[in-house]
Amino acid sequence: MNKTSSSRRSYVTTKVLVYAALIIGAAIMIFPFLWMVLTSFKTQAESVSIPATFFPSAFRLDGYKKVLENLPFVKLYWNTILLVFFRVVCAVVFSSMAGYAFAKLKFRGKNLLFTIVLVQMSLPSQIFIIPQYQMVAKLGLVNTIAGLVFPGIVSAFGVFFLRQTYMGIPNEIGEAAYLDGCNQFQTFYKVMFPLTGTSVAAITIFTAVFAYGDLMWPQIVNNDINMFTLSAGLATLRGMDTTNFPMLMAGSLLAMLPMVVLYLIFQKQFVEGIAGTGGK
Amino acid sequence: MKNRKLSASARREENWGWLLVAPTIIGLFVLNIWPFIQTIYTSFCEHLGFGHYRFIGLDNYIEMFRNPDFWKATWNTVYFCILTVPVGIALALFVAMLLNAKVKFKGGFRTIFFLPMVCAPAAIAMVWQVIFNGDSGILNQILGTHIQWITNSKTAIIAVAIVSTWSSIGYDAVLLLAGLQNINKQLYEASSIDGAGKIRQFFNITLPMISPTMFSVLIMRLMASMKVYDLIYMMSDDTNPAMADMQSLMYLFYRSSFVAGDRGYGSAIVVWTVALILLVTLIQFWGQKKWVTYDI
Repeated sequence: MNKTSSSRRSYVTTKVLVYAALIIGAAIMIFPFLWMVLTSFKTQAESVSIPATFFPSAFRLDGYKKVLENLPFVKLYWNTILLVFFRVVCAVVFSSMAGYAFAKLKFRGKNLLFTIVLVQMSLPSQIFIIPQYQMVAKLGLVNTIAGLVFPGIVSAFGVFFLRQTYMGIPNEIGEAAYLDGCNQFQTFYKVMFPLTGTSVAAITIFTAVFAYGDLMWPQIVNNDINMFTLSAGLATLRGMDTTNFPMLMAGSLLAMLPMVVLYLIFQKQFVEGIAGTGGK
Repeated sequence: MKNRKLSASARREENWGWLLVAPTIIGLFVLNIWPFIQTIYTSFCEHLGFGHYRFIGLDNYIEMFRNPDFWKATWNTVYFCILTVPVGIALALFVAMLLNAKVKFKGGFRTIFFLPMVCAPAAIAMVWQVIFNGDSGILNQILGTHIQWITNSKTAIIAVAIVSTWSSIGYDAVLLLAGLQNINKQLYEASSIDGAGKIRQFFNITLPMISPTMFSVLIMRLMASMKVYDLIYMMSDDTNPAMADMQSLMYLFYRSSFVAGDRGYGSAIVVWTVALILLVTLIQFWGQKKWVTYDI
């Protein structure tokens, strides 16, 4: 009896410690977000007061007004939406096509071509940036949405990931469709593609989060603030009025809000989509 | 398929194969293969403006190797990896083990830890920059310190490393959690019958079983840390006296290529960085034999 009660006690102690650690950890993760929201509603004087006040004395919108004066947020949202949309469409369409072909079709040069995909995946994207920028400049696409989308027209990672998915689909399904009179393309888009929903969702989320957060390319390819993405637009606040905390926090909040809302709605898909792809 | 000539249906299949991979392969050639060759070539050239180059041999590399800022940035990048990678993975493993215990609201905790992953790094860096502010930032007030986190040459890169680690813990933890969940529970039961304690179980079962996942997290995290750019860009600016002590190779690359416009020199920096990343990755793949267990 004595033994069970002591093991019961150590079980309870472990439980308490686990919860305590998780709650402290979660508090550290949440705090910067909470601080951002609270500070964004403070007055400038309040935001730099020592000792700091936790809650704003009143929920003021000065920070938001100020950041909306400095940044054309409607344009930033729109540019970001277009960038994400086109990147996702390209990644899904082209990567599905190539992923299917690499997984299910026999053609000469397949291994060599797939090696190119693997090599691209293992190289950091910065090594391509200068020539990519020069191409965009030559094509006259500086300060356009097409210029923003440009390096993401194809996704080697998407091809790699979707090839794995198609390899997991039994060949019999394709053969049955083929016997029913579908040609290879019909087999692909009428029979096989609809079976890859989870993976397509993963690629969509992964591509969207990456395009949304990318900073260097939008900074390079566009120099007109009206053609910036949210990340690049927010970056222009750097070094400008850096003590106006409510404005900086309001800007950060507005810049991260759409993706955070989507994340909170589709938590499971996001976590599994981003982690399941194994990242880049 | 003994026949050397392909049957009609095999030829059709081949045509479809080429057609379906064509957009990807053309795209990879135009957007990646050709730019890769060009970057290597321009690293041996002087940029004359408007995309015109003149071959100057090794001059960019000689200039680079003679530049103390370049060596400082190389060291900063390596130091940043040392600061972020081991601590980040250890903390992520700790979080993963907590989430692997039988706890309520597991999904909720996972959602919270993962949250920074979906936020633009630029926005996250801006929030932290305000928290780190040396004069009226909340962190100094909580700790009761007066550290100029971002403008002190010793702490600036540590501040960036903290933000980077904070951002990536949840993501790494989710990957490690998947690894933990794959460990056969019977291993623990058997070893606890043998009288092994929790700590011995951790070193004898958990660590070896999770090592393949840890290895892939390690490679990914190293590559990401070697490429650090946006956090440094956002948390500092060129008036910061600590800039030389926190700028990474990618930051230097961006400044040289797109602010100073010296794209030949910038190309040399990026070639160096990629070579360094490949070297570090190769060392890891060689070193994994010593600690990664692929079967028990």
